[in-house]
Amino acid sequence: MSTTVAVNSQKRRSRNPFALLFENTLAGLRRRRAAIGYLFLLPTILGIIVFTAGPILVSLGLSFFRWDVFSPPRLLGWDNYSRMFSDPRVLLGFRNTFFFVVVAISMQIAVGLGIALALQQRMPTWMRYYFRTAFFLPFLMSGAATGIVIGYMLHKEFGPVNYYLTMIGLPQVPWVNSPNLVLFTIAIAYVWQNMGFTLILFIGGLNNISTEVLEAADVDGAQGFKRFWHVILPMVSPTLLFAAVTGVIGGLQIFDQPYVMTRGGPGDASRTAVMVMYESAFKNMEIGYGSAVAVILFIVILLVTAAQFSLSKRWVFYQ
Amino acid sequence: MQTSTTYSEGATRPPKRNWLYFMRYRTLRFVGLLLFTLASFIVLAPFAWTLATSLRLPTESFTLPPQWLPRNPDWTNYNRVFEEIDFWRMILNSAIVAAVIVAGQLTTASLAGYAFGRLEFPGREILFWLIMATMMIPLQATIIPVFVLISRMGLNDTLASLILPSLPTAFGTFLLRQYFMAVPKDFEEAALIDGAGQFTIFSRIYLPLVAPGLAVLAVLVFNTHWNEFFRPLIFLLSRDNFTIPLGLNVLKGYMMTGSVSVVLAGVVMSLIPVILVYSFGQRYLIEGIMMGGVKG
Repeated sequence: MSTTVAVNSQKRRSRNPFALLFENTLAGLRRRRAAIGYLFLLPTILGIIVFTAGPILVSLGLSFFRWDVFSPPRLLGWDNYSRMFSDPRVLLGFRNTFFFVVVAISMQIAVGLGIALALQQRMPTWMRYYFRTAFFLPFLMSGAATGIVIGYMLHKEFGPVNYYLTMIGLPQVPWVNSPNLVLFTIAIAYVWQNMGFTLILFIGGLNNISTEVLEAADVDGAQGFKRFWHVILPMVSPTLLFAAVTGVIGGLQIFDQPYVMTRGGPGDASRTAVMVMYESAFKNMEIGYGSAVAVILFIVILLVTAAQFSLSKRWVFYQ
Repeated sequence: MQTSTTYSEGATRPPKRNWLYFMRYRTLRFVGLLLFTLASFIVLAPFAWTLATSLRLPTESFTLPPQWLPRNPDWTNYNRVFEEIDFWRMILNSAIVAAVIVAGQLTTASLAGYAFGRLEFPGREILFWLIMATMMIPLQATIIPVFVLISRMGLNDTLASLILPSLPTAFGTFLLRQYFMAVPKDFEEAALIDGAGQFTIFSRIYLPLVAPGLAVLAVLVFNTHWNEFFRPLIFLLSRDNFTIPLGLNVLKGYMMTGSVSVVLAGVVMSLIPVILVYSFGQRYLIEGIMMGGVKG
């Protein structure tokens, strides 16, 4: 291709469209780069159509059918949806999920930001390295393992946590046995596992604050809480938004930890939306009904995310 | 990309007023660090308890008081894990799934990230935002059709059923695009003048320059899929195909409270590979997660 000279490109253009790609001209180069662009995108676009974009449409379609995999699907119309809104297990599943998200994500953000702020103190490099690793380490554990370990540690009679609580004269806390406490307990396990990621987001966000702003704040005498509230917080608000949006999206999909710790119990006290979807579709073989739950979950995620972004205009400060 | 070096400099200096002020500052700082250290111990406590308990005699695994440091380590529990379930098989399965997905995502995401970050073609912006929009679709909302599709393809109950749908990645594409965009244009122009072809420019010039991004993506993806629970629970049916998190769940079901230490031995072993992978990639992690998040 390097032998093709720009001068005779005019002649070749009319004959072979592929020759256009190999022309040794600037236009040829641009076309080559465009063709390569499409070629490089092919696996990703094809994959996303087949495994994400297509399936979400199929989910929507399936939610209007009754289907148990074995016999052919039967069109139901809106029945799955109207059934859902009077199904106490679905309603409770969503209520539990919302409650969990509010508790867990606010805790996760508060803890993550708190640790990131504490890491801003002057300390030797090895110490900063130790703290960062220590608080990030739980992120490497699986949700299943987290459920197992935290579940055992909070065991009512044999768990080390209650052992120390009774030692200082407190009663045994029924961490996973009490319907009122169980979602808090799962939130603790979840936050323990996931705060490391939020922490890293905030470390990055705090590092991005320009030194001029901080120096100006020092000159103006901003200290302590004032400095945090009027200077630091507005400056990390974009990170805060990002942590809140991704945290809520992840939290709404909570499944692993409660599945391993409680299987949704006691009763239905820790049954989450995804758990209900899983049981409907894959245990009871009600594919259509499970799809309807999944579609509602998706719509909830879209609405909550949109709400967070539109509310963010009031409190997020972009430099 | 130099952010990782700046954080010690961003910290505040001690105010130099008088002796009393200085002492108060020192004490506050000391107390603060002490509390912080305490907090880090609390966060690390589950690891210490898991390790120490996994090394206790099976009969005293739940005996109080709890142990935090392994005294007289006893390895019986680790042998028991392999006797109760086919743990070697599960390690192999998890390793295959995680490694193939990492390799696959690095390939698809670096190609797509390069296309979006460095090439120009009609429809680039709209395609990019369409792909980004799919990040909002939760896995659970697509799992039923994907399960049906996998069954129709005859991949039911195979490791391929976990691998194939995970090869494309919107997040990875976005992350690597950020890295590709950060590379100065001069490199490419120099290579063009030297007569390098388009693919050579991508593989020889750009790919090595975004190695930190590849490392970050590899660590995050390995972590996600090594620890994955929901999809394996649905897709895998036979014990021979189980991955480690499913195995731990089974083990927990067998053991009840009788011998917790065996389950915890399994947890300890499941952690070793992720910790190793993390320690290789951790120095790029902060800037990488930043690139994927806030700077975009």
